[in-house]
Amino acid sequence: MQNYLEFEKPLAEIEGKAAELRAMARQGEGVDVGNEAEALDKKAAAMLESLYKNLTPWQKCLVARHQDRPHCIDYINTLFTEYTPLAGDRNFADDLAVMGGLARFNDQPVMVIGHEKGNDTKSRIERNFGMARPEGYRKAIRLMDMADRFGIPVITLVDTQGAYPGKGAEERGQAEAIARSTEKCLQIGVPLLSIVIGEGGSGGAVAFATADRLAMLEHSIYSVISPEGCASILWKDGSFAQDAAEALRLTAQDLVKLGVADRIIQEPVGGAQRNAKQAINSVGLAIADMLKELTPLKPAELRKQRRQKYLNMGDKALVA
Amino acid sequence: MNWISNVVRPKINSLFSRRETPDNLWTKCEECGNMLFHRELTEALNTCPNCDHHMHITPRERFTALFDNGVFVEVDVPEPLADPLHFKDQKRYPDRMREARKKTNEKEAMLVAEGDLGGVKVVCAGQDFSFMGGSMGMYVGNAIIAAAERAVKLKAPLILFSAAGGARMQEGILSLMQMPRSTVAVEMVKDAGLPYIVVLTHPTTGGVTASYAMLGDIHIAEPNALICFAGPRVIEQTIREKLPEGFQRSEYLLDHGILDRVTHRTAMREELITITRMLTKKPPHVKGDLPAPTLEKPKAEDKAPEADKAASAEK
Ligand SMILES: [Zn+2]
Repeated sequence: MQNYLEFEKPLAEIEGKAAELRAMARQGEGVDVGNEAEALDKKAAAMLESLYKNLTPWQKCLVARHQDRPHCIDYINTLFTEYTPLAGDRNFADDLAVMGGLARFNDQPVMVIGHEKGNDTKSRIERNFGMARPEGYRKAIRLMDMADRFGIPVITLVDTQGAYPGKGAEERGQAEAIARSTEKCLQIGVPLLSIVIGEGGSGGAVAFATADRLAMLEHSIYSVISPEGCASILWKDGSFAQDAAEALRLTAQDLVKLGVADRIIQEPVGGAQRNAKQAINSVGLAIADMLKELTPLKPAELRKQRRQKYLNMGDKALVA
Repeated sequence: MNWISNVVRPKINSLFSRRETPDNLWTKCEECGNMLFHRELTEALNTCPNCDHHMHITPRERFTALFDNGVFVEVDVPEPLADPLHFKDQKRYPDRMREARKKTNEKEAMLVAEGDLGGVKVVCAGQDFSFMGGSMGMYVGNAIIAAAERAVKLKAPLILFSAAGGARMQEGILSLMQMPRSTVAVEMVKDAGLPYIVVLTHPTTGGVTASYAMLGDIHIAEPNALICFAGPRVIEQTIREKLPEGFQRSEYLLDHGILDRVTHRTAMREELITITRMLTKKPPHVKGDLPAPTLEKPKAEDKAPEADKAASAEK
């Protein structure tokens, strides 16, 4: 069952009609609908391709948040072996909005850490929709530290609308936890590569995405604020979210031009949500590639280059 | 850098402002409603002598009161690209910048200066809330990096006064990237073994709190400052309940272990002198204190008999 986005409505109609014809044919009501259904399929495929070739920044936000997109857990289960989750911040709790643990990537031990949004009502609530509390960031800090001590590369998967804005989260030092996580990203002497698989929401994303290499899925976003939040502050009206999405330049394509992201990982036609297997595979290839680039570098070199990368950031402007 | 103009300007400015504002001008405290003499308020560094309410103070005013004899030299900050995203909401970003510059007579939302503080050379960075809400964009990032580099060069402590509504949305992702960039700057200071002290002032929120403002060796806040990651309104909308009195204010954060101290603005200079002198292993600042007590070794006959017993039991 395909979950359609608002802008995919015309596509939904065509695909629906094709499915209807096939159902009729199976019941023997229509005699020769095969050709008609095939024509509709072709039309739908062409429409899908053109829709996704020309997604607006706002549409990309919707795609990046699509509930059927593969999430952190899907990438971990498919791309890694011997995944051994490690829990807790050794202080207060285990935050399920952040997954993390030891695993093997192509037999090489790695530390994998990521935001997990959940995929049904129960798991979404358990995982707080991927909005981490301080404990999530502190768990990540602990795991990055461990990886650093044992010379194991760190791979982070970013997918969060932002850090959780809650009472307890603030009381337990949400800001400090994020700041320390970003600091840890800049301190470790092992390769750190990060992939934005869906939403890169503000400081909650920076805490994991401050990396030697940052890759973004083709329709993922990374932004200082959500378009809705930006619209309600600058336009004083949240319904200007589409304008805000344009203005913020939050797409993977713009982020590569600005030098914030290093590479784009192509998604299947119609987005990762239409073919999770293919999207996950592409991410796997990109991880292998980036690891190969970074593995020869010594700890001091990695740290120096990573810091320099951020010091240099901001010298590229976009064309109007 | 024009040394003379930079050193002399603050003094001239203060002379002018004294002349332009007659002593009988009254200001109403926004907290307790008391009418305050302008001069009384200026002398108390914009805090209310009646209720201790801390009002806005510009970095320039703060530095003039902070550094020894009010003398400081501005540290140059590299100019970033202007409007790299060509950002336009209801106004164009360059127009907003022009307005902010006109309103504040400042170039940007952070001022960096070096000078003596209680005889110790320090570098200070002050965020200016009156300039577009103190928002952290590329200039602020550059300012923190310049401050850190200068501190490392001078082997001087870095003191940062934070005040901001968060990141500058008009610079999009590049404003967000000031979180890691400023963190690199903090690392430079720490790697050089130098103190990094953060003074959090009202308000310090969002990405500013979640980066350089929370990475200090010491966190001091001014009283009743709002200090948070997510603002109270966003939290109330999310959890749909009323937040307790004083939530996310300095004293609340002190209770929750996030700050080292809450200090009145008028006591800040002395406190910073005391701390920086200890961390840089300088002798105490001469300020009419009694000399340190001389500790005498106890004589044998002064020893309590119990202590003797305990000592022999150990053998
Ligand atoms: Zn008052």
